[in-house]
Amino acid sequence: MDTKRIMIVGVGGQGTILCGKLLTIALMQAGYDVKMTEIHGMSQRGGSVSSEISYSDKVYSPVTETGDADIIVAFEKLEALRYSDNLKPSGKMIINDYVIEPTSVLSAKADYPQGLNERIGEKFDAIFIKASDIAKELGNPKVMNIVLLGALAKVLDLNNVDWNAIIAGNVKANFVEINQKAFKYGHDEINI
Amino acid sequence: MKSLLTGNEAIAMGAIDAGAKYAGAYPGTPSTEILENLAEHKDEIYSEWAPNEKVALEGAIGAAYAGVRSLAAMKHVGLNVAADPFFTNAYVGVNAGLIVVSADDPGMHSSQNEQDNRHYAYHANVPMFEPSNSQDCYDMVREAYEISEKYDTPVLIRLTTRVSHSKSIVERKEVLSHEFRPFEKDPMKYVTVPAVAKGLKLKVIKRREELLAYSEVSPFNTVEYNDKSIGIIASGICYEYAKEVLGDKASYLKLGFTYPLPTEKIKEFASNVDKIYVIEENDPIMEKEVKALGIEVIGKDAFPLNGEMLPQIVRKVVLGEANEVTQIKKDDMPPRPPALCSGCPHRGIFYSLARSKARREKIYISGDIGCYSLGYADPYNALDSIICMGASISAAHGASKVYEMMGLNDNKAVAVIGDSTFFHTGINSLMNVAYNKSKVITIILDNRITGMTGHQQNPGTGYTAQGAESDAIDIPLLVKAIGIENIRTINPNDLTQVEDALSWAMELDGPSVIIARYPCALKRFSQADKAEFGDMYIDRYIVDTEKCNGCKSCMKSGCPALSFDKENKKANINEDSCLGCGICAQICKQEAIQKAR
Repeated sequence: MDTKRIMIVGVGGQGTILCGKLLTIALMQAGYDVKMTEIHGMSQRGGSVSSEISYSDKVYSPVTETGDADIIVAFEKLEALRYSDNLKPSGKMIINDYVIEPTSVLSAKADYPQGLNERIGEKFDAIFIKASDIAKELGNPKVMNIVLLGALAKVLDLNNVDWNAIIAGNVKANFVEINQKAFKYGHDEINI
Repeated sequence: MKSLLTGNEAIAMGAIDAGAKYAGAYPGTPSTEILENLAEHKDEIYSEWAPNEKVALEGAIGAAYAGVRSLAAMKHVGLNVAADPFFTNAYVGVNAGLIVVSADDPGMHSSQNEQDNRHYAYHANVPMFEPSNSQDCYDMVREAYEISEKYDTPVLIRLTTRVSHSKSIVERKEVLSHEFRPFEKDPMKYVTVPAVAKGLKLKVIKRREELLAYSEVSPFNTVEYNDKSIGIIASGICYEYAKEVLGDKASYLKLGFTYPLPTEKIKEFASNVDKIYVIEENDPIMEKEVKALGIEVIGKDAFPLNGEMLPQIVRKVVLGEANEVTQIKKDDMPPRPPALCSGCPHRGIFYSLARSKARREKIYISGDIGCYSLGYADPYNALDSIICMGASISAAHGASKVYEMMGLNDNKAVAVIGDSTFFHTGINSLMNVAYNKSKVITIILDNRITGMTGHQQNPGTGYTAQGAESDAIDIPLLVKAIGIENIRTINPNDLTQVEDALSWAMELDGPSVIIARYPCALKRFSQADKAEFGDMYIDRYIVDTEKCNGCKSCMKSGCPALSFDKENKKANINEDSCLGCGICAQICKQEAIQKAR
């Protein structure tokens, strides 16, 4: 098979790393060769972050080339725009319909780009999900990352693994149930 | 058993399975997780955070002499600090095996330079492995210990960010048993006085010849013939990029043992392929070696000398191709740089330093390596220079001496350094300030943890890497013992204390140290923290929009929880991200920012 490449992008602190970790575990259980790469370091301090996951029968480069990602999952809209060069023209975006203003915008020194949904939607096959709202309704804004993971699993048609068990094995006991719910809500958001 | 591991995790697992018993490191991206992972295996290996890389490596050398397999891990610039023992230990060799892991950072994702530490192998005559993936990391650590003992030498394992921080599948192998090898007195080997070192140098020259023979047959230097019109010579992550992009369109000489290089193997490969590309990040090290064999190759005439190699560069250079990229409007896209976190106890210091600078222009603020490097950025614009770990104080010392020499009595030199960085190499610099008598104002940002690299213990925190309690070094007492008389410990979240301390220090005619002591907002607080500081970060603040006059003074705090609504001309505080440090409330002259609870 051709190598499939997924990028999970967002803002430091949004939980991109856990989302990527659970995905790699699922892909491994599904029998694929898997590689993942991410840039740490300054990420805890609200900077732009990305995790890249590749899977196939055999994967060599953990790094996704420009124009070679099959799916970009963006936890924040501006980050969808920032990493869009990595997406294949035929690729898909799953975007959390949510804004986190960077410091230059917070201090009114720059403007947050307007009309991002339309701008991105015109060029790419983009699915917008109100994952942050869904997570907040579930009672914990932090599980937004697992809402998006649920949506991604549906788009990838990655259903032959036990997601509930993967979640249970990798989050703290108190948070298992809400994360499993978040996954299901995200999964159900996608109609394919 | 197969598991998905980062390169750093695989190094740790490899060391444990090779019977290593001692590990020392100083945290630094991208190397940090090596020791963090080792420290979780308390029953199998002793692990410690040393105050700096030199101390870490010297400890590992002593452990290897004393008879157990040992390891020291550091980021690339850390090996500069540890270079002194590294070079001389290369003469002595080992008793039990010794591995030095250097994690380089091409592209400078989290570093102040992108030096290519493969040079150290050449410079010190130390054999080197370069893993391409996590399985390589695991296997090479095991092989490196065998090589270390067989050839009586330390071994360098050189990683890069993409190897350290990428996950790939690792198959774990049997645990190797390694017997304790008691030290046997042998001054002609271990005591590097000149008379002995002269003999040891000859041993190093002979050892290189033996290692060259190993390199020719090493299982980590492998040839794969496909289409022979293109030949690729590559090591580390660059091999993976080439293989991904070129597949069967090229033949490969994958080099995993890269010092000394297998010259015969290279010549044979070259004779079997038409056109050779040497693909390596940063410096043309293998390229020069291969060219010295009289072989024509394409290298840095086509590939960049800086940054990461990245697969798209390989595609462009070798195949002349580029993937199609969808064009989309991005010219109005603001960047998203990292910022000091909401609640960060460094904020009050940088806010006040920025104000001091505005009032008195002749302040040079010498910065250091840590989260507080961000004090250079908007809205503080406080730091004037950053060099390397510990340099803030010593560089300020040099500047202060020049001010005296030139009669610039109004000029002040200020050094800003974190607690962990102070213990790393700042102490030596402060000794220089005290003993050689300059007038530096040193601000130690003591946030009770090593913050930047993800919260590692240091000699001031009261805990070890393996979680044992220890006696925290008393910074004021240490500073006093060094010979500094003017010392103040302040709460950086109290702007009155901060400004008073700065004014006090500026008026002194001698050196001073201000210790800003308050735990990092992201830290897991210890019992000692709770006893000393009480409840932390429990308040929340809100803006009273009636009172807010839109002056934007609070925005100068640079807090990411604050925003300014351009339409209503009012400040706003995000209730989800405010941690209640209260800096903005102290700044606001309208008393418009108030405690919510």
